[in-house]
Amino acid sequence: MAEAIKIDNLDADFKDEVLSRIPDANFDLCLTCGTCTGGCPASEQMNMDPRKLIRMLNLGMDDEVLKHDWMWVCSMCQRCVTACPMNINIPALVYALRANVPREKRPRGILGSCDQHIRTGSAMGAQKDDFEFTVLDVAEEIREDYPGYEGLEVSVDRVGAHMVLNQNSREPVTEPEEMGPLWKVLHEVEADWTYPSVMWGGENYCMFLADNEGWRYIIEEFVHHIDNNLKSPLVVNTE
Amino acid sequence: MRRFNIPHKFELVTILELYAQWIREGKLKVNSDWNKDLGVKFTVQDPCNIARKVGTNKIVDDLRFVIKTVVGEENFIDTVPNRGNNFCCGGGGGALQAGFPDERRAYGRIKFNQIKETGATYVIAPCHNCHGQIEDIGEHYGGNYHVVHLWTIICLAMGKLSDTERTYLGPDLAEVGL
Repeated sequence: MAEAIKIDNLDADFKDEVLSRIPDANFDLCLTCGTCTGGCPASEQMNMDPRKLIRMLNLGMDDEVLKHDWMWVCSMCQRCVTACPMNINIPALVYALRANVPREKRPRGILGSCDQHIRTGSAMGAQKDDFEFTVLDVAEEIREDYPGYEGLEVSVDRVGAHMVLNQNSREPVTEPEEMGPLWKVLHEVEADWTYPSVMWGGENYCMFLADNEGWRYIIEEFVHHIDNNLKSPLVVNTE
Repeated sequence: MRRFNIPHKFELVTILELYAQWIREGKLKVNSDWNKDLGVKFTVQDPCNIARKVGTNKIVDDLRFVIKTVVGEENFIDTVPNRGNNFCCGGGGGALQAGFPDERRAYGRIKFNQIKETGATYVIAPCHNCHGQIEDIGEHYGGNYHVVHLWTIICLAMGKLSDTERTYLGPDLAEVGL
């Protein structure tokens, strides 16, 4: 007769390591019900799914788990953990798997965007001077070309503005004409707003890269700029 | 900020909440008259970050209020499921730049089918990642829809959308309100 596997006797180093940092990730509580997998759009991609990942983790199949590219296909959307009857934090596991890959071996696209953000303030790599030039230039065009918007105000780093807006850097860099409609709405309601020049990009690829240091640095620089330089009481995410 | 316990003095909100507030206060005067006879149908993508990940449907309910105001209640068709239970588009988590496009598109198939079921010809995507992914799967799977930012439609309803700001609109809306 086959013998049951005794989970307690297994050598599951990576599971223990993640649980030591995030005890409430609850990996040991998996009932194998598959609710996570039933509602996961990444299920079956690369012959992997959330339930299987947890099984492999709990069985100590660290080599397979740690090198599986599925960690980059999962979008950490949190549908699984929201549905899980045992509240098992699968997205936290995926994040830990990503963080375990040597930084230089993580996907080049995400790595590049994270590095550019740290260096320039946006994932698209636009320097703050370029950003400022683009927004002021587009605003000038609108003021000149569209009656009713002669008084359109667009500024960067205007100290004391009530609202600071962050903007996905793909807009000023690849589709600057998409900023106009947003500004017109702000003009219509007479909003008192400005853009920040520091970490102005609304995205954060360091988070996707699972680069805690980079992620933290971007947020800290941003918070410092708003609280100490601009002194604005409100930050607005444009998405 | 919460993740790293970084103290901050400012409050953080999304512009979707402000749009809704401005409409309720009467500061942003918009309606759906432009779409009364046209009857152009819209659906929406709930970005995971402001739906499921905030633990309440407040922001995505505001989003629906704004959309219904500017396109008309009868012209908004929701996806199933939606809001906090919505499916991720497949562009999140860095997927757009992760280097696995085949898997990303297979992932997006669920989103594509959801959109197709609504029959809407416009998808409002208030997140740039979602916008990029939904456009890509639309082209890949042959979807008959356009993907637009919300500010485009608000500005259209204001009657202030200029000809150069219509990149993502289809021919049916290319001239509306000009």
